[in-house]
Amino acid sequence: MEWQLWVIETLRRALVYGTPILLGTLGEIYAERSGILNLGVEGMMILGAFVGFTTAFVTKNPWLGFLAGAFVGGAASLLHGFLSIHLRVIQVVSGLALTLFGLGLTGVLGRGWEGQPLKASIAELSVPGLSRIPVLGPILFTDQNLLVYIGIGLAVLLWWVLFKTSWGITVRSVGEDPRTADALGINVALVRYCCTFIGGLLAGLGGAYLSIVYRPSWTQGMTAGMGWIVIALTIFSLWHPLVAIGGSYAFGSLFYLSFRLQPWVAPELLTIMPYLFTILAPLLLHASRRLRRRMGAPGALGLPYRREEE
Amino acid sequence: MKRVRMRRLKVEKRTNPSAWTVFCISLVSILLAFVVIGFIFLGFGINPLEAYLEIIIETVGNSYGLSQIVWQSIPLLLCGVGLLLAFKTSFWNIGAEGQLLMGATAATWVALFSPLPEPFLIPAAFILGFAGGAVWGLLSTSLRSRFGINEVITTLMMNYIASNIVLYLIHGPWKGETMRGFAYTDQFPESVWLPTIGMSDIHWPTLLLGLFAAVCVFFILNRTRLGYEVKVVGQSPKAARYAGISYFKTIFYVMVISGGLAGLAGAGEVLGVHHMLRHSDQVSLGYGYTAIIVAWLARGNPLIVILTSLLFGAIYVAGDVLQLSFNLPFQIVNVFTGLILFFLISSDTLLKHKLSFRKGE
Repeated sequence: MEWQLWVIETLRRALVYGTPILLGTLGEIYAERSGILNLGVEGMMILGAFVGFTTAFVTKNPWLGFLAGAFVGGAASLLHGFLSIHLRVIQVVSGLALTLFGLGLTGVLGRGWEGQPLKASIAELSVPGLSRIPVLGPILFTDQNLLVYIGIGLAVLLWWVLFKTSWGITVRSVGEDPRTADALGINVALVRYCCTFIGGLLAGLGGAYLSIVYRPSWTQGMTAGMGWIVIALTIFSLWHPLVAIGGSYAFGSLFYLSFRLQPWVAPELLTIMPYLFTILAPLLLHASRRLRRRMGAPGALGLPYRREEE
Repeated sequence: MKRVRMRRLKVEKRTNPSAWTVFCISLVSILLAFVVIGFIFLGFGINPLEAYLEIIIETVGNSYGLSQIVWQSIPLLLCGVGLLLAFKTSFWNIGAEGQLLMGATAATWVALFSPLPEPFLIPAAFILGFAGGAVWGLLSTSLRSRFGINEVITTLMMNYIASNIVLYLIHGPWKGETMRGFAYTDQFPESVWLPTIGMSDIHWPTLLLGLFAAVCVFFILNRTRLGYEVKVVGQSPKAARYAGISYFKTIFYVMVISGGLAGLAGAGEVLGVHHMLRHSDQVSLGYGYTAIIVAWLARGNPLIVILTSLLFGAIYVAGDVLQLSFNLPFQIVNVFTGLILFFLISSDTLLKHKLSFRKGE
């Protein structure tokens, strides 16, 4: 029965490893649904990771760390928002600049913090009663941390807002056709700023999760491309928060396996797995015709909006 | 021409900014980045004026500094020229870093394991380096044109994959026998080391290839059919389709050149600088990423890449100076490049609009 334990353990850890990806993807879904392509996720995550770690380290309170990390990510996203909404720059380049800047700045500021263990991480908890359910109990309710549940809760909440509320319709219409939205009296710029900010908050929170829970320490460049996986996953999830849950945990299990399989395969080759999957996953999507029809970015993604008279 | 009148400040659309305006605004945005970095220096308790004075003395102030600038600019030149061509096609190749590393890997294979006779080794290493980079870049073109998968993601993921392949090789099958405990390959035989100019580190064959590439791409863009197709595809893929230009074919050729040039840069680094394959972070100090800005700053002209690569070569040397004299991490270079990119793209908006102070009409 050993392999069953293996599968259960892999799935349980997939939730832990997939949560930062889920948080980042939910944020990027909102930004892109409103028409803003923010390729700066990697930069916002690493800023969130660094500030989250230092805050948690100094205050000895991990929750303040999460808050600070999210806030820094949000602040960084507003910079991208200003450049893409008001200055109407090419969003691909602005996002890249944000990533370079974030990686560079945290590399410079973070040198003294490397190798310091974080003692103030959050506790793992088991839900009494529910953890006894066969199969699901050990996966979902045993030794999990609160952020995993917050991630799932956020996904459901953000799905509900996006598809079941009038503000959600507003967001989607701004992303599909800003001119019509504008004619209907919607403040396009404001909606886009809000969504970009949500994206930044969640990317920052995901980064803080990395340095506080996932690996409670600070290492330069510790996001290691996770921000880019987030951007790819946003596409694979068809810009849908609930699909993002499954996708994130698929990546989470790959990250866990790349760690777990090390006795048998060279670690460098295992590290490639999630990156390779990022490239190959769209091919799987394309195999299904039904999915292919639904694959379509928001109409105005990456395009700056300008009123006629300006 | 439409006007938005405010009280005194007038904003007008400008259709075609002069080369002089472009130069001035680019210069101002670079200077602004330097001012912002000054605050970071202050945060570390370093007097920014002192730091900048030291940087100027150690980079452009003596012949060794100058030679270091040229040396650092070589990979930036090769990658930058290639990226410029890709960006002209609106194909966002962010994968020069990985293409460079695969070029380095292919060249290492030639230098260490190929059965070729000695005089052919260096040319073969460059040719295979070019091929390595090109192949690495080509995968994203077919994914883009067949499946519509965004090239930013694929080229970027290929960077991480390339980096891990290099790490695998130097820890595993290619680990040197003479390098006890260290993760390097064996040192290349001296016959494949590239010659350098005098006492400097400048491996001139690679530099020559870079200059030649800049001229070639300039020629391709302005005098050939491919150059015309590149411009049409870059401006509007739809118009290109009506004109009967194949999108796939165009980006295919563009990425052969773009990836290949990055591969040459990688071959140059291992043959001319390291004389072995080592950790990917040491083979490339982020050249592939910095080259994005090198290309961007050149505003579509491959000959200007020669100048912009020198500028960023100087920033790399300045990073060394800051590390040695002021004990700042080398990562400061990425802060520089990120900030300069921010200010540059913001200045694009300025370029498209003319501001003037005039009394309200």
